[in-house]
This record gives sequence, structure tokens and C-alpha cells, in this order.
Amino acid sequence: MSVDQATVRRIARLARIAVTDEEVPHLMGELNAMLSFVEQLSEVDVTGVEPMTSVTPMAMKKRVDQVSDGGYPETVTGNAPMTEDHYFLVPKVVE
Amino acid sequence: MTDLTHMTLADARDALKAKTISAAELTEAHIAAVEAARPLGAYVLETADQARVMAKASDEKIAKGHAGPLEGIPLGIKDLYATKGVRTTACSKILENFVPQYESTVSSQLWRDGAVMLGKLSNDEFAMGSSNETSAFGPVASPWTPPNWSTEKAKAALASDKKGLLVPGGSSGGSASAVAAGLCLGATATDTGGSIRQPAAFTGTVGIKPTYGRCSRWGIVAFASSLDQAGPIARTVRDTAIMLRSMAGHDPKDTTSVDREVPDYEAAIGRSVKGMKIGIPKEYRVDGMSAEIDALWTKGANMLRAAGAEIVEISLPHTKYALPAYYIVAPAEASSNLARYDGVRYGLRVPGKDITDMYEKTRAAGFGPEVRRRIMIGTYVLSAGYYDAYYVRAQQIRTLIKQDFEKAYAAGVDAVLTPATPSPAFGIGEKGGADPVEMYLNDVFTVTVNMAGLPGLAVPAGLSADGLPLGLQLIGRPFDEETLFSLGEVIEQAAGRTKLPEAWWA
Repeated sequence: MSVDQATVRRIARLARIAVTDEEVPHLMGELNAMLSFVEQLSEVDVTGVEPMTSVTPMAMKKRVDQVSDGGYPETVTGNAPMTEDHYFLVPKVVE
Repeated sequence: MTDLTHMTLADARDALKAKTISAAELTEAHIAAVEAARPLGAYVLETADQARVMAKASDEKIAKGHAGPLEGIPLGIKDLYATKGVRTTACSKILENFVPQYESTVSSQLWRDGAVMLGKLSNDEFAMGSSNETSAFGPVASPWTPPNWSTEKAKAALASDKKGLLVPGGSSGGSASAVAAGLCLGATATDTGGSIRQPAAFTGTVGIKPTYGRCSRWGIVAFASSLDQAGPIARTVRDTAIMLRSMAGHDPKDTTSVDREVPDYEAAIGRSVKGMKIGIPKEYRVDGMSAEIDALWTKGANMLRAAGAEIVEISLPHTKYALPAYYIVAPAEASSNLARYDGVRYGLRVPGKDITDMYEKTRAAGFGPEVRRRIMIGTYVLSAGYYDAYYVRAQQIRTLIKQDFEKAYAAGVDAVLTPATPSPAFGIGEKGGADPVEMYLNDVFTVTVNMAGLPGLAVPAGLSADGLPLGLQLIGRPFDEETLFSLGEVIEQAAGRTKLPEAWWA
């Protein structure tokens, strides 16, 4: 399988990464190099093979559903590019 | 003072305990060495003041007889580990001003045991790379110089764009370069596809990727969560054993960390390997492998045989599919993990006309080309219509790779011996320019181990005809790091400790 320029733009959109018109052909070449490298996987017979979900077999540990930490909004928002009154600020999303 | 920076971690620990040296003088010697080695680019942030405070506290604890297992030992920390109040960037522009409000579990355990932090070490951006050339801070040079280069030529290259100097490997290139150059007694590193073992092999140092779940991943910047593991790089097998004991252990904050006692790894050093069965996988004899690497592998097997181990040929039939399957699984997980860098809660933000535009501009400006490429391929293989053909199939192949190892271990094999890398270190600017896959092939021998979640140790085993370090890899049963330390030390003793380069850069 290989990708065309329209698919590259669609992937970039899904990944939320802006790409310029000049970058698209180059990215297409790189993505196709990777896809042609992984193409060999199609020759493996995987009939009836369980897909791996956990490399080290273990029971999922669970914790009590209760607040265990917090109460320091300054610290939580300390690295944010834009904040106001302990809220993260983003461009308007609802008119 | 140079003696202090070329001691082994074990010798420094013993000298501190015997009070023949102080933590303060050991730390000062390292701070001076780090400053003199700035042109190598191994450290992206120096924390000399903090190191001095920590060393002073260590001397006080030693005086009172309260020394921890790593008391007063100066270490470097890969910039993927969150360090409280100390800038942590993953060597990405998108995190250029990030100052964590918390400490990673693994580094907190090193400080608990008395270690001293010298600073943060460079790595490939988000640990994606095999040469440390994708770091936003620029490439890191190996202290090893290219064959037949004069000191003048190397110094001139170091003062300009570093082109032609050797890469230290990656992604833990800063860690490997710093350990080999005497800029710390040991360093933390991480390994997703070979990022501890390949740089160790390229620089004549020792590195171990422990079993998946052995070390907590909490507070370490995530790349591919089902493959990432923390581990040490140091100058001897014993030194890595000492470090791993402090780094390993259960952490309730990481559900994949294993609740299992941490053995005294150092006690495994010097343990007899007599009667152990060592597997040599025939599928690792890949097309185009150099005669030199092949000869090194045979030499390593002979060293273990001479120590009483039994060498057997084994088959790991799905080996050749590990690297392509990795280049589906790892980018898929990365595309999901790196979705968090959106310019809202931390990191870089580039304004846009609406929120989507802001996300897209922020991520385009913040991620370097390799990271962007991997996020995009990961997004593609997870997208509707391709998920089964790529992602599910890759996870099925991962099961087959793990079963290959399980069969070998069930047949009585104690550990597997392979080359660590297909070649010695290459030059900065030499690989991956046209085709990204060229760089990926560096991890052909190491990536299987991550896919199967097993422990793997890289140990120097000799020099190439050109005088560059070459390493071998030992792969163990799950949670049997001890056997790797025992076998690794046999190779280290038989091959002789690699003589690391003199400080030509200073």
C-alpha cells in the first residue's frame, strides 16, 4: 500500500500537524518508504494468532476511586502558555 | 583530578565509604570535566549548584554513617526523565520551557539512595532516533574519534558543525557520550527499540534494558508505552548492576510496573556460568553482516564456552519481522502519546485563528521532522480501514516473536548471545538523509528484545579493525537480569575493559 498527496494531507489533518504545499511531496516519499519497508509483514501467516496486548503477563492493578492528590492549582497550571484564575485559556470554541 | 572522573562507580563508592575521597571533591572534579567537555554537547543542562548541595549532604551522611547505596555518586540524567524544578525538554522544541513540578520515580529512587545530579543529558527528540542527531539541541559527538583523524581535525569539527565526527548512537546518545568521556560515573537512559544498548555498543560502555515492568515509567516522557523501559549506562557491568538495583522496583503510580522484589544484582557479578546454555540464533546472521561483527560474535561465544557455558544454535524464526512490526507499533503508540502536546497545558503555543489552527501550527512548529514523520505514520496505521491490516497484524507478529523466545527458553536456554549492532559507530550527517529506513536498520538486533519485553545487556567485546568499540548483546529470560550480569562480566573480563579515549576535546 502507498499514500498519495491527498492522503498525506488527510493524515496531517488527523494528526493536527500543519503541512505546507511544498512539504507534501517530500512527506509522501518518506511515508511511502516506511510503508514499503513494513510491506513484508503481509507474508507472515497470522491465522489464529492472538494480538499482543500485554508483553508481561499480569493482572491489571486497580486503585480505589477517590481523590488522592491535588489542591494546588498554581502548580497544575504553572507550565501553561496562557492561564487566567487557574483556568487554561484556549481560543474561543463556542460562538 | 582526572583520576576521579575515570574511576568506576564501584571504586568511587568504596573510596567514599572508606573516606579516602569526599563526595564534594568527586563532584567538583566532574563539574570541571563537564564544563571542559561542553563542545561534545552531551549535557543540555548543567546543574552544578544543585550537585554541590547534594554532594555536601552526602558527605554529612557519610560522616554520620548513614550513607545510601549510591551516596555521593555523580550521575547524569537523560532529559526524558522529569526532574522537579529542573527543565526537562525531551530535547524537543515543543517542551523547550517545561519545568516539571514532580520527579520521575526512577530518578527519585537514585536521590533516595544518595546519588548526586550533575545535569540533564541530550537524547534524540522524544527518544526517536539512533544517532542523537534529532535532538533540538543539535547532535552530540562521541568521545571516540573517526579512524585516522588527528586531534586538530577533530577539534576543528567540534568547533564547527560536528560533521564527520562519530555519533554516540541514540536515542540515549548524551548518556553514552558522557559516560565514555568521564563526565559522570553513570547515567540514566531509556530503551524503546535499542536506545540503551546501541549507544552503549557505539561508545565502549555497558548498558542494560531491563525486563518490561522492572522499572517504573512514571515521570519519564512517554514514546511507546508498551516498549519503553528505563535502564542505566555505565563503564562496567558491575556499575550497571549497582545502578539498576536503585532504579528498579514496584511503583503504584505505574500499573505496568511489577510488584516483585529487586534482587541484589551486584551479587550476580562473579557468579559461575558453568553449565549455562547459551543460544546463538541463526537468524541473526543477517545478509551483508560484516565479517568483523561475525568474528566478534564467535569470539564472544568462545569466551563463554571457556568459562564453562554450553553454546547451542537456536532458531528465532520471526526475527526479520521484528523491525518492520516495531515501525508500526511504536509510531502508533507515539501518535497517541504525543497527542497531549497541544499548546494548552504546557509547552510551546503558536496562536491560530481558531483552536484547530492553534493545535496544527503549534505541533508543526514544535515537532522536528523525525517526530512528525512517526506521528503521521502512526496516525495512518491506526486510521479507519487500516487498523486491522497494519496495527492488529503487527501485534500478532509481536506475539509470534515472543513465542520464538519462549520456545528457546523452554528448551533449556538460559540466555541468548547476539551482536549488539550491525556496524561500529558512523559519522554525524552520514545516515538517514534520503531514506529514514537506513537509520532504522541500526536497531535490527536490539528491537526484538523490546517487542518480547525481555531484558537485554550490551557489553563491549573488542575493537573494530579501525579501532572503534564493538559490543555484544545478551538477552535473558523475563526478570532474570542476574544471569545477564554474570555472563556480561565474563565477556568483560575475557575481552579486557575497553580503554576509553583521552580528553582530546578539552
